[in-house]
Amino acid sequence: MMEKMIFGRYIPGDSVIHRMDPRSKLIFVFVFICIVFLANNAVTYAILTAFTMLVMLLSKVPVRFFINGLMPILWLVVFTFFLQLFFNREGQLVFHYAFIRIYSEGIRQGVFISLRFLLLIFLTSLLTLTTTPISLTDGIEMLLSPLLKIKFPVHELALMMSISLRFIPTLMDETEKIMKAQMARGVDFSGGSLKDRVKAIIPLLIPLFVSSFKRAEELATAMEARGYQGGEGRTKYRLLVWRPADTLSLCSLAAVTVLLVLFRDGGIL
Amino acid sequence: MDIALEQVEYRYQPNTPFERLALHNISLEIPSGRYIAVIGHTGSGKSTLLQHLNALLQPTKGKITIGDRVIDAGKKEKNLKAIRQKVGIVFQFPEHQLFEETVEKDICFGPMNFGVPEDVAKKRARELIRLVGLPEDILAKSPFDLSGGQMRRVAIAGVLAMEPDVLVLDEPTAGLDPRGRREMMDLFYELHRAKHLTTILVTHSMEDAAAYADELVILHHGELKRKGPPREIFSDPEELEKWGLSVPDIVRFQSTLEKRLGKKLGKTCLTAEELAEELQSLLKRGGR
Repeated sequence: MMEKMIFGRYIPGDSVIHRMDPRSKLIFVFVFICIVFLANNAVTYAILTAFTMLVMLLSKVPVRFFINGLMPILWLVVFTFFLQLFFNREGQLVFHYAFIRIYSEGIRQGVFISLRFLLLIFLTSLLTLTTTPISLTDGIEMLLSPLLKIKFPVHELALMMSISLRFIPTLMDETEKIMKAQMARGVDFSGGSLKDRVKAIIPLLIPLFVSSFKRAEELATAMEARGYQGGEGRTKYRLLVWRPADTLSLCSLAAVTVLLVLFRDGGIL
Repeated sequence: MDIALEQVEYRYQPNTPFERLALHNISLEIPSGRYIAVIGHTGSGKSTLLQHLNALLQPTKGKITIGDRVIDAGKKEKNLKAIRQKVGIVFQFPEHQLFEETVEKDICFGPMNFGVPEDVAKKRARELIRLVGLPEDILAKSPFDLSGGQMRRVAIAGVLAMEPDVLVLDEPTAGLDPRGRREMMDLFYELHRAKHLTTILVTHSMEDAAAYADELVILHHGELKRKGPPREIFSDPEELEKWGLSVPDIVRFQSTLEKRLGKKLGKTCLTAEELAEELQSLLKRGGR
């Protein structure tokens, strides 16, 4: 069912990107998301595309896999492309048939915006593809730790995140099991009217909730029994190490940012 | 209802980095009315095989004949409901599938999905609840108020209520106490005999496999290694060890005894009673 989804999935590997510190990757992705919006002409988009390609190559994740993962979101990209194509009324009239009018600016914007989408999707999914969920939460906890000063429950948030991430596959397995058990009892999940389909979800949802409650209770007991008393005074088993490669990656990003600022329309050049 | 698998292959998540070959070149015939036990080490593909029997999974290669339906690899199948009514599966830890407000409603859920009228389903629920060894007043209770063992029985009753021709059991007694295990296994055997059910049991218990099954099927790394009556399969402990399996305690005891005595008994005994008889006749013949 979710076989094609690559969001949030981790592919074990041993590349430069895999070995990077999760903090630098998080900062990297965050900054990248911001600077994507700096691009507004062919040159800047070319720079961004080349840069993204380079990062993807470095990760050694098979390209075929990115394409597969893109499929579920493709309609959104296509939709925005056509929205621009048909409704942007700037620039020269390129094509005219009945009520369809396509303008040069529409094509330009359509291509750029879909490209922007693709770049964002590729790079953000690269983050989860190359980082284990656990180190991702460690990274988030460290990055958010300044918020402790304003009494923000950073440890609790990180704990919740790591537990939820840990249980996503377990819950997915369980969903599939219960689904199959109910299918064997004659439930049809994929057919029938909308009303039938909604009704079919009940035999799936109730057992899932019940088992989640049970699991939460058992987990809480097990944690208490092992002496968990909250975040204060805990030491860390997994330590994050900031390597030269991390600094380098952020520098390269800074370089790209400078290039973008220089070459964008209305930029310095 | 006969079931036949021909050169069945199943891959999980084909064409992804997570691709895994779970079954490979499985050919197996399950004639109507047989009791077959599928044994194999953890991860040998037993559960995957089970799910093919009522088309919850469809093979990536080969074909499966279930009664008069043929399921070919790669074809989109419609109307699998008819198969699922005929082939009832009791999954591992079936108590996780309970969801209705009352036990009665939950047992009736399966049959009513297949178009059985409510009053007939309720009648079946009353019969079955006694059959699985629970008092009738439990029908009005919420399934979530029951103990683990009781929930298991209710879930099993829910599958039996569909009155399947083929009963597929995936470790139905895992996590039950010894008495509950014996009761459940005896119940399944009783049903098998009385209603001429085809029964397919997946189990880790060599004792159960030896005691109930007409035939054993051994899976190892997704391949079918051996198929035969229990006596034949268990007569070669070394071979079983190769696949991470063992023989029932009685068989092991017999082979140790044979080594000590320096002579072979007439046959491989599967139960304590059989062994006692063999030993008795050995004594009568004056063997020491």
